[in-house]
Amino acid sequence: MPIFLLKRILSTIPVMLIVAVLVFMLLRLTPGDPAAIIAGDAASPENIAKIREGFGLDKPLPVQFGIWFGNLLTGNLGESYFFKKTVVELIAQRIEPTLALATLTILIAIAVAVPLGVLAAWRMGGWLDRALMGFSVMGFSVPVFVLAYILIYIVSLKLGWLPVQGYSRLGEGTFWQFLRHLILPAITLSVIYIALIARVTRAAVSEVLTEDYIRTARAKGLPEFTVLWRHAFANAAVPIVTVIGIGIALLIGGVVVTESVYGIPGLGRLTVDAVLARDFPTIQGVILLFSFVYVLINLAVDLSYVLFDPRIRY
Amino acid sequence: MQETAPPLVIDVLTVPPYKPSLAGRLWRNWAVRIGGTVMAVLLVIALSAPWLGTVDPTLFDAGSRDLLPGAMGEITNLDNESSPHKFLFGSDSFGRDIYSRVIFGTRVSLIVGIAVAALSLLFGVLLGLVSGTLRRLDGPLMRLMDGVMAIPGILIAIALVALWRPSLSTVVIAIAIPEIPRVTRLVRSLVLSIREEPYVEAAVSLGTPLFTIMFRHILPNTIAPLIVQGTYICASAILTEAILSFLGVGLPTDLPTWGNIMAEGRVQFNQFPHNVFFPGVFLAFTVLAVNILGDGLRDILDPKMSKRV
Repeated sequence: MPIFLLKRILSTIPVMLIVAVLVFMLLRLTPGDPAAIIAGDAASPENIAKIREGFGLDKPLPVQFGIWFGNLLTGNLGESYFFKKTVVELIAQRIEPTLALATLTILIAIAVAVPLGVLAAWRMGGWLDRALMGFSVMGFSVPVFVLAYILIYIVSLKLGWLPVQGYSRLGEGTFWQFLRHLILPAITLSVIYIALIARVTRAAVSEVLTEDYIRTARAKGLPEFTVLWRHAFANAAVPIVTVIGIGIALLIGGVVVTESVYGIPGLGRLTVDAVLARDFPTIQGVILLFSFVYVLINLAVDLSYVLFDPRIRY
Repeated sequence: MQETAPPLVIDVLTVPPYKPSLAGRLWRNWAVRIGGTVMAVLLVIALSAPWLGTVDPTLFDAGSRDLLPGAMGEITNLDNESSPHKFLFGSDSFGRDIYSRVIFGTRVSLIVGIAVAALSLLFGVLLGLVSGTLRRLDGPLMRLMDGVMAIPGILIAIALVALWRPSLSTVVIAIAIPEIPRVTRLVRSLVLSIREEPYVEAAVSLGTPLFTIMFRHILPNTIAPLIVQGTYICASAILTEAILSFLGVGLPTDLPTWGNIMAEGRVQFNQFPHNVFFPGVFLAFTVLAVNILGDGLRDILDPKMSKRV
């Protein structure tokens, strides 16, 4: 059914359009003169007037949006007054650490959470199950930065195993150097993600385990591992993949904090720096980028259902 | 040969079935008990902060900088009089008492959590009721909510606080806005299912005005899931406020909040980890208690939801 597929892909366009409008309106709905906000606190009146003209802030709102959106479509996100660069350049410069951190985090989270969730569902009510559920409530409650400092204190300061902060670009040092700087941040960031994925995995697998075909599989003498992996997990994959997609929002929030604590020069750090400098073009650019990535990942998740569940066809 | 069974002496009709009250059922749930107790203790701490052996959390003494937990030092009041003071949790790099700051910080966290929950529930309920009952507004409103939900909540909050002058009310509003779509969706889905109930149909056929149906017949049935949702929002708002303050984009730095204390302590975390440790512990336990309370309330008030996850 390629029509459904097409519809699903097209359905992201209005969402992205609304996101663009919201991000655009963010600055315009603010009390005060947007030009003065963009120019910063120490700007001279001439500077503010120049910005007002440059951004077309003296024109009516729909016209402003047209200009801004036209620029957006051609990949022009504006220029950062603070960093003296175009926003696109800034993002290109900062995207590598964030991508590396996010990828490692997702890998760790899936590798830990899925087996734990399956085992917890397998022995529901057992010690592992209870420990996991306890851990997951804790994972949602302990703030990322508190966890980060606990890990830094133990692993870096007391044991001296890993560096406290910093980042080593891929290709500049050895691969191990690159990885060493990412291990702690990725573990920190993965905790809340593990909590989320493990919870959903447990719920989804435990539901499948009550199905008749699980009893059949056991009755015909399949080893328990095969029952759990091939029959239970495979049929519970759709909600698990869905939550991995939804959790990307958590991950993005976490990246902002984690990169600040560990001094990683990525997009999250850029967001905080831009906010502290009230560098509005950059804030807009980063929010747009993060939101679009989030929408696209969830589109990919929806489309991937076909791979996990042959009953679903597009 | 055949033995007759003894006659059944208990008359089932005279013994009423034991049915504990709602409060009784809530108290029997361990999660509600623990979470509720911790919350009550925190509330008492917040209300009685000035009488818990604290000093003004903004007072400092240049001679009492960076004291370790439990150390003795001096604190100078606004009249420039110094008096000896025991720094239970140590002091920060200005010589302010961390214990007093953490205790007073409880107030800010609870206010933010409760205010954000109330605000986002209020707007979420209104929008959800509108969306669920007025077909024509449903489409556009839900698309708008989709758009808001597509932007990671913390980024909206950060951007809003950066644009407005940081204050308690702006932080509360900025954290509440990204929560509204979730409440709206919940209320809308509840309204859509309640609308099909026979009593609503009866009300409609009796010619009850739409407004009355919305508030008299539909709204009361959404309260239980909303209380549960409100608890979770409260927990995440406390966390978000701390994150914002920690990043330096939250409440004004002179306010004693857990996030602000940690933001200041992070600079010299290597030498003096207690600056980050004590507020961090309070924060984690508070959020944990609220989350546990939410889980317990969900199990009792909203059994349908607890079966899902």
